[in-house]
Amino acid sequence: MSVLVGKDTKLIVQGITGSAGTFHAKQMREYGTNVVGGVTPGKGGVVHEGFTVFDTVADAVKKTGANATVIYVPPPGAADAILEAAQAGIAVIVCITEGIPTLDMVKAKRALGAYPGSTLIGPNCPGIITPGECKIGIMPGYIHKAGKVGVVSRSGTLTYEAAHQLTMLGLGQSTAIGIGGDPVKGVDFIDCLAMFEKDPQTRAVLMIGEIGGTSEEEAARFAKANMKKPIAAFIAGQTAPPGKRMGHAGAIISGGKGTAAEKIAALKEAGIAIAATPAELGKTVAGFVT
Amino acid sequence: MKIHEYQAKEILKKLGVPVPKGRPAFSPDEAEAAAKALIAETDNEFVVVKAQIHAGGRGKGGGVKVVKGASTARETAQKILGMNLITHQTGPGGKLVKRLLIEQAVDIARELYLGIVVDRGVGRVVVMASSEGGMEIEEVAAKTPEKILKEAVDPVVGLAGYQARNLAYGLGLHGAAAKSAGELIQQVYNAFIATDASLLEVNPLAILKDGKALALDAKMTFDDNAMYRQTDLEVLRDFDEEDPAETEAKRYDLSFIKLDGTIGCMVNGAGLAMATMDTIKHFGGQPANFLDVGGSATEERVAAAFKIITADPKVRGIFVNIFGGIMKCDTIASGVIAAVKQVGLKVPLVVRLEGTNVELGRKMLAESGLAVTTANDMADGARRVVALAAGNVERTT
Repeated sequence: MSVLVGKDTKLIVQGITGSAGTFHAKQMREYGTNVVGGVTPGKGGVVHEGFTVFDTVADAVKKTGANATVIYVPPPGAADAILEAAQAGIAVIVCITEGIPTLDMVKAKRALGAYPGSTLIGPNCPGIITPGECKIGIMPGYIHKAGKVGVVSRSGTLTYEAAHQLTMLGLGQSTAIGIGGDPVKGVDFIDCLAMFEKDPQTRAVLMIGEIGGTSEEEAARFAKANMKKPIAAFIAGQTAPPGKRMGHAGAIISGGKGTAAEKIAALKEAGIAIAATPAELGKTVAGFVT
Repeated sequence: MKIHEYQAKEILKKLGVPVPKGRPAFSPDEAEAAAKALIAETDNEFVVVKAQIHAGGRGKGGGVKVVKGASTARETAQKILGMNLITHQTGPGGKLVKRLLIEQAVDIARELYLGIVVDRGVGRVVVMASSEGGMEIEEVAAKTPEKILKEAVDPVVGLAGYQARNLAYGLGLHGAAAKSAGELIQQVYNAFIATDASLLEVNPLAILKDGKALALDAKMTFDDNAMYRQTDLEVLRDFDEEDPAETEAKRYDLSFIKLDGTIGCMVNGAGLAMATMDTIKHFGGQPANFLDVGGSATEERVAAAFKIITADPKVRGIFVNIFGGIMKCDTIASGVIAAVKQVGLKVPLVVRLEGTNVELGRKMLAESGLAVTTANDMADGARRVVALAAGNVERTT
């Protein structure tokens, strides 16, 4: 078991003929993900690096039975690509694209309300991986190993850091989800915590947050009320100055809100173990599962 | 991207929002001429001289003065231009005033607050209004949250008429004032959408004695992700307000923020970059910068990043912390080696590499002949760079 993606996932790649799409489509196939084709409008019918290309997502779904998609479409067309996937009935939509205008995502989220069967991960995220079964995104596959810790994170490389430590400690990951660094996005911490709570393979959860917004605080309240499984957490940005966007569009302390200190206090209050440094991510969760 | 008040008001005016008559001035001469023209136009000898910096709290800092007559406007302009304005938002260093807005003085009956932001919780644009004009919304939120009215906007519908009325009547306005304020609120919302803003504050929104609503102040910040389709706004960028190193970094597509510490850092990924800063602090050091070289950096970009870090005279140690995924460790190694060959290395350098092609990267650094300290993991690297930087008190130049 795992969450959202696994052996039964049939993936298409939107933007498959672009350089990022091509590179990662090959990487995912090499990892063992069942990549059933790709979409680039105007390139339908072409076979690109062994992948069948379709003009539309609807066409790709009809011909391949795809149930997941990963989007490498540049920012101006990315929100549109998300909606095209939802309309075509895709269940898991992973958007890797960084730099989508926030107001495009506001509209896309509103429109996604009409497709309750579709789950959006991202944008501006590394993707999702169920080790040994299915890798969707840009993360290096070899640092992951099937195991018992669910990982959910707003950061890409910090997720790699965490996964690597868990693998080294022999704990592995059930599923690792990068929810992305944008202010308006698909699944948030709470959604992922709820899925991990239900997943029998997941024994504990590692959650990696950062400054900006209040989703860590909301996750803390949710966990306290609804989670039996233990959680360890790290919050990046304790030394970030207020009013500055720290790389991610959503990582900003504004009006004194969204600080790491507030988030850490809320998580501690909910009984969640905090890793003092990212080097202790694995160790902090290890106590719960060994 | 942030812009000045006078630029924001020009945008709002173009989009139909009523703003006071005013013009920018870059010298006392221009201030006097602007005041003279405004006085003639409005038949009112009072004008306001407003310092233009990218920070709030200008009034309390002495950067906003109401004056009588064009020659007094000139004298006041002389005093404010070139002044180092310190407000709670500028930090202790303050900001040098180089631009002014000369504006007509108006008869104010009430001062209200209007602000528009993207609320991440609901994933919608939210329009906020409060009766506490002139006060900062954060302060109102902390002390009297019940005084903040909010309307979340359906992006398909836009700010509906009833929502604007809810806000106007909720603020205690009636009659002509309620109608005028409601119209202004809708126009300001439309301006927010049209310009891909991420923040738009009108504080205060003034209700004049004749019942008309007017945007007395305006603060706009734009979504950097949308600049590709808001190319007209690019000319409004004021490079004096931006850190030169940050501007240079942008040229190379690097995400860089200057900080006050002594340990320079180069990291891939925003989260890992923040966490690296935190770890440096955890071991007793202070980061000199935030720097994310990104997931697809080339040797050239890595070299540029390294040069930006070493150009900071306060830097006493450098920590390169890379978890290679798509970004390969050998790319980082060759970028660092190339940069050091060009600009030299005068401070200790600690490198932690992990991930794709890690062995090759480590080998390249080891064989380069550079004085590089290799770290086993992130904590080890942070500990080492802090210790080395502390020993490197006298920097040879």
